[in-house]
Amino acid sequence: MDQPDYFSVSRRGVLASGAAGLAAGSISPQVAFAASTPAAERAITMQTVSMRINGKAQTLELDTRTTLLDALREHVKLTGTKKGCDHGQCGACTVIVNGERINSCLSLAVMHEGDEVTTIEGLGTPENLHPMQAAFVKHDGYQCGYCTPGQICSAVSVLKEIADGVPSHVSAELTGPMEASNIEMRERMSGNICRCGAYSNIAEAMAEVAGERA
Amino acid sequence: MKYTTPAGDTVIDRQRVVGQPTTRIDGPLKVTGHAPYAYERHDVAANQAYGYIVPSAIAKGRVRSIDLAEAKAQPGVITILTTTEVDELPLGMGHTVPLFGGSEIRFYHQALALVVAETFEQARAAAKLVRVDYERTQGNHDFHALAPDAPLVEGSDGPDVSKVGDFEAAYASAPVSIDVTYETPHESHAMMEPHASIAAWEGEKLTLWTSNQMIAWSKQAVAKMLDLDPANVRLDSPFLGGGFGAKLFVRVDAVVAALAAKKAGRPVKVMLDRPLVFNNTTHRSATIQRLRFGAERDGRLTAISHECTSGNLAGQEGENGIAQTRLLYAGANRYTAQRIARLDLPEANAMRAPGETAGLMALEGAMDELAEKLGMDPVELRIVNDTQVDPETPNRPYSSRMMVECLRRGAEAFGWDKRNKTPGGMREGRWLIGHGMAVGFRNSVQMKSAARVRLSSNGKLTVETDMTDIGTGSYTILAQTAAEMLGLPLEDVTVTLGDSDMPASCGSGGQWGAQNSTSGVYAACVKLREDIAGRFAMDPNTAEFIDGEIRAGAESRKLTEATASGEIVAEDSVEYDELSKKYQQSTFAGHFVEIAVDAYTGETYVRRMLAACAAGRILNPISARSQVIGAMTMGVGGALTEELAVDTRFGFFVNHDLAGYEVPVHADIPHQEVIFLDELDAIASPMKAKGVGELGLCGVGAAVANALYNATGVRVREYPLTLDKYLDKLPAV
Ligand code: FES
Ligand code: FES
Repeated sequence: MDQPDYFSVSRRGVLASGAAGLAAGSISPQVAFAASTPAAERAITMQTVSMRINGKAQTLELDTRTTLLDALREHVKLTGTKKGCDHGQCGACTVIVNGERINSCLSLAVMHEGDEVTTIEGLGTPENLHPMQAAFVKHDGYQCGYCTPGQICSAVSVLKEIADGVPSHVSAELTGPMEASNIEMRERMSGNICRCGAYSNIAEAMAEVAGERA
Repeated sequence: MKYTTPAGDTVIDRQRVVGQPTTRIDGPLKVTGHAPYAYERHDVAANQAYGYIVPSAIAKGRVRSIDLAEAKAQPGVITILTTTEVDELPLGMGHTVPLFGGSEIRFYHQALALVVAETFEQARAAAKLVRVDYERTQGNHDFHALAPDAPLVEGSDGPDVSKVGDFEAAYASAPVSIDVTYETPHESHAMMEPHASIAAWEGEKLTLWTSNQMIAWSKQAVAKMLDLDPANVRLDSPFLGGGFGAKLFVRVDAVVAALAAKKAGRPVKVMLDRPLVFNNTTHRSATIQRLRFGAERDGRLTAISHECTSGNLAGQEGENGIAQTRLLYAGANRYTAQRIARLDLPEANAMRAPGETAGLMALEGAMDELAEKLGMDPVELRIVNDTQVDPETPNRPYSSRMMVECLRRGAEAFGWDKRNKTPGGMREGRWLIGHGMAVGFRNSVQMKSAARVRLSSNGKLTVETDMTDIGTGSYTILAQTAAEMLGLPLEDVTVTLGDSDMPASCGSGGQWGAQNSTSGVYAACVKLREDIAGRFAMDPNTAEFIDGEIRAGAESRKLTEATASGEIVAEDSVEYDELSKKYQQSTFAGHFVEIAVDAYTGETYVRRMLAACAAGRILNPISARSQVIGAMTMGVGGALTEELAVDTRFGFFVNHDLAGYEVPVHADIPHQEVIFLDELDAIASPMKAKGVGELGLCGVGAAVANALYNATGVRVREYPLTLDKYLDKLPAV
């Protein structure tokens, strides 16, 4: 059976074409093949990516395999965003990209050229808490605190999704205005696991913020 | 401070700060992402390299050889540590099998190598190219196959069974009896922060920034495993992303980081991949529990038997499901025994409320069954079987036991008397509604705990102890304790935790953290008060510390006068001896649950949960409540969804991730109510507090199961109560 073309391209070929063949010239093979182990070595690809993180322009030179989560935690050293599972199952890594929440562990950093990224550090500071952060403190919406940045980024986004009329699995209607009811919020927050079990308190924190907004 | 006699009135009884609902002092750090967890300590050591573990792909056997050629050739790789280059490490505290070293493989995902590279991506990619040649042997992975032949757990002289009176005779002659068998599955802690460590050497000195509940134990364990002088080992763990027992003992992340850092000549950081949290670390063993009760027609138990079988690697310790049964209810004739199957699965070890969690899921389910057979209210059945003494040793009273009060208060607040008593008899539209209850029981443990307090010249106080805060609220309650003792506002107290260079505390585990660590701070503060009073020739016992002053009679002096010539430091510990032998010290709860079961699909929704708890002085009602609701949440998981599925052919937990291992999520958990009863237990601790962190979990599973029975009329004795176990038995619709 004939293989599609891309299978026949050698790694060396990809690398050779990389710098010249791909746009913007932002890819550069960092490590050359060593002559003695041509079959063994697998080169890595570096790429430059620019994004705004918490309002600040950042240009990063990254291994293309770097997730947005690891770019934030290991390169920008914004460690507020947490790694709970590294495969999209816990929500600890939730950040807000261009106004929408995503699991940053499921997204490669280089996919975010030009994006606006907001992390927990960008929402507020210990001295000047975001209303949702303050509500989490007031209602004890956490225990160990490890899921908390993700919960808060999700909570802020959930209230926005409800305000924007985005329906969920439990919404009675797919169109029309949504209400920030207890079950609406709980449904939408269910991608953010809290093993400490602060759910009941998180719901109260969110209800307070939702009420203040309304 | 040696705590040998129960305290009379103390400064703490003022409750100006202690006992007041206080939001966490570390809260603003946590909600803004500024609280540093283990893997995030970029600032503590320069030039950190990334380690990535190569786990075993077989559950039992031997490593024949490890081929590193391709992995080593990868870009960025600094070094590779392999298990065969070090001898099997000695067992550290709490370990059943060695964490690392040698060629023997005892469980799936055992760490076989650590690839160290400049970046995480490089280390991970190279780790996939490490080729391990295995010699596989057949293991025993099937708990259910082994359980029938599991031997009794051995005590120091013969089998460790406990007998009081003549169970068999009493059981045979009881007018009402039941004989039921319950099963609980393997469970995982699944805390949100995976185990992680950064290791750095300075000459012979090793520092580990890690995520660990028990700093003093773990420092000793690291020293032993790596053959170091404990004086050369430092652990630092100021914040933990949960533990629930998974971080009681050192795990492999710490030791491979340390060994690799030595080899690489630079600091190395390691976080366990999520699947390794399930398969490489510890879990709660599955249990099979047989309960037999004999009772009079008025409900009084005359015969109680509880036998529990669990499994573990070395066959040493299993899940002690009978612990609470020896203590909870009166009854003259008793028999309890444990069996343990030798299983080739990852190590079973303590998970939140080890023993009672699984034990009460069975015991309190069986009590519900007995109540039904007797035609008795389940609450009343518990109440008629109350005891105020240890039933096996009647001359040993409870220090304080408010089980009955918990049940009455809880029942009233929940509206228990309004429930439908006929199983399957309450419908709301498509929903079958049910109510269930269970008793929560967990011991309060006395542990030595030390602390140091420093009053600086600006009048601010610092508390230093190696105590940890795993989400329990330690920072806040220790600050509250010190503020109360010295008459300072909470803002003037700083708490430093988790550093092994500080006085050794009780650590966090077994719901012993709060009452003992605050008592250690209390002891240190008593010393500090004596020192300050002495400087002004005041009597420390009658002097009052208030508003930053010390007052005696008409005289009052500012604390800053005492520190004019420099800070004052005091250190002490609380230590106990006879009180726990003389008195049984336990905490109690009444758990009440309302469940809705879809009459067509069998789906369950927990609609209401309430716990009424008695746990001595509640040091901070906010964080204590969170402990309880968090535990109740874990209880719902244990009842309805959580189960580690074993591949019995290859010996591993198949659902080793957070999608397959189903912990409760927001949608599963309703508003939860917690009532704390007024109780001061001066026997339990100088703070008159007991533990509360695990109580909330104990009994919840059974309350959910009993509610499901009440809703549907189907009794499921095999947890978790997934709908495949009852869907075909639901009432006709
Ligand atoms: S770390 Fe991204 S979802 Fe868990
Ligand atoms: S606060 Fe610990 S996991 Fe949510």
